[in-house]
Formats: sequence, C-alpha cells, structure tokens
Amino acid sequence: MAVIDLANPTRFLTLVNRVLPWLAALTIVLFAFGLTRAMSAPDDYQQGATVKIMFLHVPAAWLSMMGWGLMSVAALGTLVWRHPLADVAGKAAAPIGAAFTFICLVTGSLWGRPTWGTYWVWDARLTSVLVLFLLYLGVLALYWTAEDPGRGSRAAAVLTLVGAVNIPIIKFSVDWWNTLHQPASILRMGGSAIDPSILWPLLIMAVAFTLLFFALHLAAMRNEILRRRVRSMRIIQAQEVRA
Amino acid sequence: MNLGPHADFIVAAYAVTVFVVATMVAWVVLDYSTQRRILGDLEERGVTRRSQHKDSR
Repeated sequence: MAVIDLANPTRFLTLVNRVLPWLAALTIVLFAFGLTRAMSAPDDYQQGATVKIMFLHVPAAWLSMMGWGLMSVAALGTLVWRHPLADVAGKAAAPIGAAFTFICLVTGSLWGRPTWGTYWVWDARLTSVLVLFLLYLGVLALYWTAEDPGRGSRAAAVLTLVGAVNIPIIKFSVDWWNTLHQPASILRMGGSAIDPSILWPLLIMAVAFTLLFFALHLAAMRNEILRRRVRSMRIIQAQEVRA
Repeated sequence: MNLGPHADFIVAAYAVTVFVVATMVAWVVLDYSTQRRILGDLEERGVTRRSQHKDSR
C-alpha cells in the first residue's frame, strides 16, 4: 500500500484495524516496563521520592505540545488542500492533546507544592501551558458546537494555526523570562543534566506515553470517519424520505 | 517502596493520570461501538452511502 493510498478513508480504516491491536499491545508492554523502572529508580538527592511525578509530568508536557504540532499540520491540510482526512486528524487529536495538557498541569501542580511550596505561580512557563489548555478547549468548542461542520473545522484550523505561536513561547519561556520552573534539563546543549538511573525510566515512559497518544489518535480518527459516514447516511435517508 | 513524607502528592499525581487515561480509553472504545451500532442499524434499513451507490453500478 502506497503512502498516498492512506489519504483514502476506507484504506485508512483498513490500516488502522490492522495496526491498532499491535500498537495497543506494544503500549501496554512499554508501560509495564517503564513503570517498573520508574518505581525502582532512586530518589533525587534534593526532591526525594517526589521525582517520581516527573515520569508522568514530563511526557505529558511533551505530548501536550506535540499534539498541537500535529493539529497545526492537520490544520494546514484542512485549509490549503481541504483534505477531509486532515480535518479528521485535527479533530481527533484535540481532546487527546487537551487531556495530556490537563495531566501536565495537575501533575506539575502536585509536584510544585512539595518542591516549590506552592501549587501554582503565574510564571511564564506555567501560564503559557495554561493558555495552551484554554486554546485546546477553544478548538474543541468550535468543533463540537458549530452547526455547519465544515465551517467549524475551518474556524478550528485557523485557531490552531494562530495558537501554534504559543508552542515556542512554552518551550523558550524558561530561557526568555525569570521563572520558578526550571530550565530544560533533558534536551539541552551539552547533554542531559539528569542522572542515567532516572533518565532511562523517563525516556521509556515518554515512548510509552507517545505510543498511547498515537493509539488513541488512530482510534479516535477511526471513530470520526465512522461518525461522518453516519452523518452522510442520515442525510441520504432524510432526502429519500422527502422524495 | 518508601514514598517518603510527600507520598500523598505522588499517589494523587498517579491517580489523576490513571483516571484521565482510563477515561480516554473508555471514550474511544464506547464511541467506536456506538458508531458501529448506528451504522449497522442504518445499513439494515437499506440506507447506503453515495460511494456505495457508485460501486454497485
């Protein structure tokens, strides 16, 4: 099957039905391995056992931004090429991205209280991630409340591309402004600042969460294609009844 | 495994994550079965998509 064939929803469904069980199984195995490594990782010399929250918080933070990046590419597909599968991809990614952003905010807050002494502070990193969460809710509102799905999709795509400006702001906020949030400690010049005994479980958990994201995304895309088929069949049914 | 004096925060973080992930998984699984059921009902009533009309010509 050529890559271009996947642009056909029926062929895409065939591929999803084949791939999804394997992807789900691989995700479960990786989570089991990652969680075992995470729970047996040593405590941090300063933070103690609260460092275990990092194994959830950091992957969720990465995926919150990756989700918006994926939606931005899909938004271009919707607005420039008007491809229905691009719109399906964008709509399916929005609730998943919102959920990971929510996990990022809540786990960060629960990590902040024992580490910083506060659940929340209006610094640039935390505020820009909160803005990302609100943008996700805005996109979902456009998708779910528009009377005309086509207009709703185009409006959501425009908001997605405008909101993409926030992604570099999140990434570089810790460098551009004074923040309580620490600067980058994994992807940085000079290599990771984290000890391998904690870094490896974190990377395994990050891969597991990423596979979970893609498994959920493929499943949600399949559901959205079926929902659109239901919608078109109901329109045909209504036309037949009227005729 | 000793989670130290801040065990409540660690357990709460994992509990929230498990809850949100489980909700997402339940959402996609239930939504899939709902859409399949509705599609099955429509097909039983003889409703077909335009592309299926073209295929049958």
